[in-house]
Amino acid sequence: MAKYTYSFYPGCSSEKKASASNMMTSVETMCSKLDIQLNEIPDWNCCSASIGYCGGGELPRLAMNARNIALSEQHNPEQDIVATCAACWLGTRECQERIRQSETILTDTLEVLKEAGLERHFKNEVKVRHMVESLIEDIGYEEMAAPVVKPLEGVKVAGYVGCQTNRPFGIDGESFENPKYLDKIVETVGGEPIEDYDKKVTCCGGALAFSEPEKSFAQIKDIVESAHDRGADLIVTPCPVCQMNVEIYQQQINHQYGTSFNMPVTYYSQLMSVAYGSSAKEAGLNGQIIRAKKLEDIAGK
Amino acid sequence: MGSTNTAKVDRYKNNFLKEVEENVEEGDWVRMCMQCGVCAGSCPLGPHWDHPPQEIFMMIRAGKRDEVLASDSMWMCTSCYNCIVRCPRELPITHIMHGLANYAHRLGVAHQENPTRRFAQMFWNNVTKTGRANELKISLGLYFMDGFMNGIKKSLAMKKIGIGMFMTGRLDPFGLVQGRGCKGSGDIDKMLKKAFEIEDHRKGYNS
Repeated sequence: MAKYTYSFYPGCSSEKKASASNMMTSVETMCSKLDIQLNEIPDWNCCSASIGYCGGGELPRLAMNARNIALSEQHNPEQDIVATCAACWLGTRECQERIRQSETILTDTLEVLKEAGLERHFKNEVKVRHMVESLIEDIGYEEMAAPVVKPLEGVKVAGYVGCQTNRPFGIDGESFENPKYLDKIVETVGGEPIEDYDKKVTCCGGALAFSEPEKSFAQIKDIVESAHDRGADLIVTPCPVCQMNVEIYQQQINHQYGTSFNMPVTYYSQLMSVAYGSSAKEAGLNGQIIRAKKLEDIAGK
Repeated sequence: MGSTNTAKVDRYKNNFLKEVEENVEEGDWVRMCMQCGVCAGSCPLGPHWDHPPQEIFMMIRAGKRDEVLASDSMWMCTSCYNCIVRCPRELPITHIMHGLANYAHRLGVAHQENPTRRFAQMFWNNVTKTGRANELKISLGLYFMDGFMNGIKKSLAMKKIGIGMFMTGRLDPFGLVQGRGCKGSGDIDKMLKKAFEIEDHRKGYNS
């Protein structure tokens, strides 16, 4: 029996050969070192993300998330749902709260779930949490520091919290405007957080990086530039969309703005995996388009 | 859809506020806006909105139905939730913007050319088809949204990124032919059909 057990909602981007598969690799590594067992929700589906509002309206979008909650309560009873993706977490938790707030929506949702025979499993009582929430609240910084064998000495890290991991729910006790938990995690694994990283909660454009690239690139430029100007070796984030947007468009931004960014953007779980003594591959560092050389060097020592 | 729009106009006459309250997700919050403008100042794409949220709220109260529903403003929402956490009156602004955009879209009077509207509908179709997102199809669908030649051009412009994602194991080149997805995708189909049936009935979309 592992020390910590959760019902796990990985989300579409964490699937094999999907955009955040490198996060998934590092999350598995990190969890094994911290004695965390993740029980995947069987046959989970997409949360439909925020952008699902256009085609999905209200009830269909809630239905998608309610199915996951019901499946979790059926197959992984008594276990908190933990999501690693900000959008998955937000979608599921928003759904839970919306259904709690309205008898009509609850009645409608149960009728919808009946179509899949899931209405009797839907209690809507499970706690819906983000992985960093569980790390901070259940495991705690001290226990997160315990497996560190290769402290990330001299690595300057800009902690980019982004939007949906931070708003509207965020982490208890942290502010929306200047959350500090990512900096604390960096410190916990021996790195050097850049505390005056002023773009830490600036929006990367989210899904609009696809549909409105020019407008989003202006956002991303600010996010990378601020880290660059403060001497960051890399940006670290908990969010798959933030990671992708901030990493993969840097070349196009350089072309457009005449900058010369080449800033690695990794996940907190990758920092932790490296500090815990894992190989670059176990930390998913081979999934970086802009290689995180400093981390690779430490992992290779 | 045009007929639904006409039915709504007939039903609510000049009371657009009431129409929003009764039809738009979280629309009953609109009267609570105190016009401080914090939302406008907090929005990452704020400069690109024709009408920032507080203006949209005032326009709803002033009955400017056509201007609001056809505006591309709501479609600029990145779902960053800045406005929600900063609003002194705790209006769920993000959700109201989503709700307005969806309402206009369902009535068939939304901004036709807005790329986010078209992308968002494509995204929903993609994820609900098998129950899970197919990232390759989402990307290609976006590039080819404006026709074949444009699609080739955009795909070439994005080639480097695509190759980068593939080389790092973050893009599945077989995504076009191989299905990812849920075993229960048939169940999901049935659930969504029912959900639309209930929502359409409650909101009178088919009348």
